[in-house]
Amino acid sequence: MSGFDTIIEGVLLGGVYALFALGLSLIFGIMRLVNLAHGDLILLAAYLVLSATTAIGLPLAAASLLVVAVMFALGFVLQRLVLERVLGDDILPPLLVTFGLSIVIQNGLLLGYGADSRRLQAGAFESSSVTLAPGLSVGLAPLTALVTAIAAVALLQLIFYRTSLGRAFRATADNPTIAQLMGVNERNVYATAVGLSLAVSVIAAVVFGIRASFDPSIGPARLLYAFEAVIIGGLGSLWGTLAGGIVLGLAQAIGGRINPEWQILAGHLAFLAVLMVRPRGLFPARRA
Amino acid sequence: MSVESIDLPASREQHAADVPVWQVRVGTRLSRVAAVAGIVLVLVLAVLPAIASRNLIQDLIFVLTMLTLAQLWNVLAGWGGLVSVGQQAFVGLGAYALFAGIVMAGLDPVAAIPLAGLFAALIAAVLGPLLFRLEGPYFAIGSWVAAEALRLICAQFKSLGGGTGMSISPSELSQMFGLKAVQALLGLRPAAARDVLVYWLALLLAVLVTLGIYAFIRSRHGLALAASRDNAAAARSVGVRTARIRHVLWIAVAFATGMVGAVVYLQKARISPDAAFSVTDWTAYVIFIVVIGGVRTIEGPMVGVLLLWGLVTWLAQYGSLYLVVLGTLAILIMLFMPRGVWGAAARRWQLQLFPTQRWLGRSR
Repeated sequence: MSGFDTIIEGVLLGGVYALFALGLSLIFGIMRLVNLAHGDLILLAAYLVLSATTAIGLPLAAASLLVVAVMFALGFVLQRLVLERVLGDDILPPLLVTFGLSIVIQNGLLLGYGADSRRLQAGAFESSSVTLAPGLSVGLAPLTALVTAIAAVALLQLIFYRTSLGRAFRATADNPTIAQLMGVNERNVYATAVGLSLAVSVIAAVVFGIRASFDPSIGPARLLYAFEAVIIGGLGSLWGTLAGGIVLGLAQAIGGRINPEWQILAGHLAFLAVLMVRPRGLFPARRA
Repeated sequence: MSVESIDLPASREQHAADVPVWQVRVGTRLSRVAAVAGIVLVLVLAVLPAIASRNLIQDLIFVLTMLTLAQLWNVLAGWGGLVSVGQQAFVGLGAYALFAGIVMAGLDPVAAIPLAGLFAALIAAVLGPLLFRLEGPYFAIGSWVAAEALRLICAQFKSLGGGTGMSISPSELSQMFGLKAVQALLGLRPAAARDVLVYWLALLLAVLVTLGIYAFIRSRHGLALAASRDNAAAARSVGVRTARIRHVLWIAVAFATGMVGAVVYLQKARISPDAAFSVTDWTAYVIFIVVIGGVRTIEGPMVGVLLLWGLVTWLAQYGSLYLVVLGTLAILIMLFMPRGVWGAAARRWQLQLFPTQRWLGRSR
């Protein structure tokens, strides 16, 4: 049964990685921006939720909603004041600015919260489990992570293909100039996209923060997992990103089962293997 | 045009002599002065250990090795468009290859340095084709993933200290090539003499790498590289082999970065995977130096490394705050002074110490 357990564990872990990846995938798809601070922004969200629950004393759900609003606003402002100025044909400035942001957030968190490991408290929810089949029970928290990831992908798909905002996203992604001619406010679309990306990251942060402890130094690793999930899944497809996250989770769970030290390495090697065999990812969008 | 000048064959040669001849030029009068000043500076730095304190020598090892890494990153990312956030991979590989050479193969440390570079180049040659499948910005994170994977692999070698790292004892380094000569020449203890030796190696690397990059950028291959970055399709259409030139650059930069890593860790004499593959130490600082000094200039990293040195001595006692300041400064420079401190000064006062731009001028 242990092999089966490993697979379940990997799939559930993949849900968290997919949630990390959605925000990254979203803004790359719309504005061709690779946000090197993505992992540290997830950590920032986790710490903000932590503060809202401990310092203000809000229940976890209310704290999460509050932080979703805060991070959306932060993303909007970040795009309007900073990122907007460096987006262009040259790929160097946006990469360097987001890399600088990553260093600032990581060390700012270290200053504000110290290097100790923290965890979000979710009461009995953390340790309870559900029995799916006789002899097979899974933790409620990991299961919720996967279900949340599926729901988030479905919601984003709905926004993308069923709303006027989604139409503006897709139009701007295809051709910003013509989208503007059609009355789309490009600046607002981009700022909304970054805001939405950070709002999704809050969900990732909460789900992750309940499952595992975190400290300010682990942001970059979240970025790498998110990136690996996007590339394994294939660019331009949100469902692909979900699948990519699950493949990454499986690789890590199987590697960790063989030797605990190999868990992370197995994920990286799976990524490099996919790059070697299927450079466009396992489930690329039909349209390049 | 007057009829006479066309009709008369005799005056035609005369006419041709009057037509100004246009030439592509790179050098300036200031650059010739700078070349002489540069030679003098290098000579002064070379004899400096005779009078300098050990602290200053150690500081200068930091400055010279960071300068070399910054020049290398600048040519890779600035001119080549290969924005790597994973250069710590080659610092770490060079360092680990050095330790493996000394501890496992019993090589002389100085002889192991070029071998460490070769090892880094070999791994780069294998990784390159994989990472180049990632376009532009995705290459940046891809190189970071590769560096992380290499860090985790190096941590698996128990004979090299595994995850916690290891030290080389001073006795193992006491027979190092040139050490006795430096001890005798300057009358130093072995530890101080090792610093001086490492300092000279760092100076040699910094000079060779800077001159090599300068010559490369001014050559037609440098033009081809810039063309591949700006428009790969157009570059290919005029016969530039864009994939090949990038791959060769990637490997050459890894070779030199590996040697720098070996030199740095020869001085430290202690290695651990987290330190040798640190993204902050070997990539964030390097990017900061290039951004603040000026991307795509030879002078930029020189200015940048001196500014970083100043900030380190002034702010390093504040720990994390120091990195917050560095990061904020880099973002502000990128937003409001994208050419960096040197780039802005050069534009304002028309300074070109190591000119890499070409322009058309009349030769008469």
